[in-house]
Amino acid sequence: MNTPANLKYTKSDEWFDPATGKMGLTDYAQNQLSDIVFLEILVEVGDAVEPGKAIASVESVKASAETYAAAKGNVTAVNSALSDKPETLNSDPYGDGWMIQIEGGDFGDAMDAAAYEEYCAGRTH
Amino acid sequence: MTETTSPKIVEPTIFDLSSPGRTGVTFPASDVPEAGLPPKGLLRSDLPLPELAEVDVVRHYMHLSKFNYSVDSGFYPLGSCTMKYNPKINEDTCRLPGFLHTHPLQPIETVQGNLALMYTLQEWLKEISGFAAVTLQPAAGAHGEFTGVLIMRAYHKSRGDTKRVKMLIPDSAHGTNPASSGMIGLNIVTIPSDERGNVDLKVLKEQCDDTVVGIMVTNPNTLGMFDENIEQVIKMVHDCGGLVYGDGANLNALLGIVRPGDLGIDVMHFNLHKTFAVPHGGGGPGSGPVGVAAHLADFLPEPLVGIVEEENDEEPPLFGFIKPEKSIGRMKSFHGHFGGGLVRSFTYIAMHGPDGLKDIAQYAVLNANYLLARLRDTYHVPYDRICMHEFVAEGQFAGSDVRALDIAKRLMDYNFHPPTNYFPLIVHEALMIEPTETENKDTLDAFADALIKIADEAKTSPELLHSAPHITPFGRMDEVKAARELVLCCWLPENYDENA
Repeated sequence: MNTPANLKYTKSDEWFDPATGKMGLTDYAQNQLSDIVFLEILVEVGDAVEPGKAIASVESVKASAETYAAAKGNVTAVNSALSDKPETLNSDPYGDGWMIQIEGGDFGDAMDAAAYEEYCAGRTH
Repeated sequence: MTETTSPKIVEPTIFDLSSPGRTGVTFPASDVPEAGLPPKGLLRSDLPLPELAEVDVVRHYMHLSKFNYSVDSGFYPLGSCTMKYNPKINEDTCRLPGFLHTHPLQPIETVQGNLALMYTLQEWLKEISGFAAVTLQPAAGAHGEFTGVLIMRAYHKSRGDTKRVKMLIPDSAHGTNPASSGMIGLNIVTIPSDERGNVDLKVLKEQCDDTVVGIMVTNPNTLGMFDENIEQVIKMVHDCGGLVYGDGANLNALLGIVRPGDLGIDVMHFNLHKTFAVPHGGGGPGSGPVGVAAHLADFLPEPLVGIVEEENDEEPPLFGFIKPEKSIGRMKSFHGHFGGGLVRSFTYIAMHGPDGLKDIAQYAVLNANYLLARLRDTYHVPYDRICMHEFVAEGQFAGSDVRALDIAKRLMDYNFHPPTNYFPLIVHEALMIEPTETENKDTLDAFADALIKIADEAKTSPELLHSAPHITPFGRMDEVKAARELVLCCWLPENYDENA
């Protein structure tokens, strides 16, 4: 499981980069979902987001899931290329798989990498 | 055993089998005046209609039918779907000429038999479920949910209670529950399950306020667990003014034992195609009647089948259609899936009688617990207590890369239909197993033996699982490609514009 140390993580498996303001789906989540076949980003540039607000809808061959904002702020960019190549979420979740970028970036009580790893370890039986 | 993903038996498409000039039908000479063809612009000349003799058509579809797996050919433990054996007498009754050759717009005096059957079925479903009234209209389970939630909304609205916008849905629910409520525009609030698989009462309590339309509960739930706090759940939602929707998908476990209406559930759909032996799979026909408690009866879809003239010394009662006072309107053209669903289920209930229905529930629960007892040492069962008609195991083993999908595919090599997998979502690598009451001990043992053997293969030769199935006409399908490239046509018109 890949959990870069510079990122913040949520219990609902999103990551947030405080340096760039980008957010997306974690490596753990893409692995659990398996092959992702559909993505729809639900917010636009200029929208205000905050933790708990759905920013994207993701479908894999196994399940569909909502992705929630990992931090609070205004959307400055949306990775519109992603919906044509949703498999990028599997191959590069922390790079080209970023979903939206925000300014502001208050990530509240999001976890650091070590805490998120521990959280995920507690979820597998 | 060879490992291949290419088909072992190839059946050409009917278009490949076509040869110009072959024909299966000879039209008689026309006995009506010739009419001109529609204008040229309305006619297409590029339709590649196949040309074959009757025998070639029959053989083609016979070959294809042999690729199928059905409950008539083997064990089908598809959790949440109740794929029980469907008695063949149902096929006789639904083909009786009096049922088969009627039209839904016939005058009621000419279809009294059909209406009597529908009326009686409504009465039986009321008796089985403990509800005050039943509509037979909805076409399938999710359509029944949609109907039920519309009724809940109409009830609140009729009382001037317009603040209610929130539907509470446990995280073990069928995906159709949030979908049905979402289509009606309600806000979905997910209620987690506690460690015993019950609705988490603490979270439920936090959510119960005057904006709650209701809760949609499935009991037993999709973990196969009877919610131990169901009466408390119902009371908490009622106390905040909400209504309780019961998802009847798992009614098979309760027949003759518990009546959802007696528990205090306000509205529930039946899946006739699950509980009452209507063949299903492949998209239909389903049938999703909805039952409601007395305070919701006025809101049912119109028309209901009722007695429009009471019987007297000379005449039997006259059955016809009645309109509930505050009806939400029509939910379907005509009267539901009459022959496909209603006649078959009527037959099934009549053949079983009250004691027989109770046997169904008891044997369904016994069979599921027998399989659980045989498998729990091999497959981890996260919510492990006495189950109802189904249970959910994990299709994964520590230190192995074998997943539930691999186990499901490998079962096909042992001639079993795979169980439901990856549902419910709250169990990792879920395998959801529902044997139903119609299977004998030999079948259950053979299935358990196969799953235990597969668990062993997962350790010794995982590749056998990754590349399964091996004995089917086609090997492992590319599910990712199928989901990403949504092209079902085997041919496209020459002028087809994929961007149109």
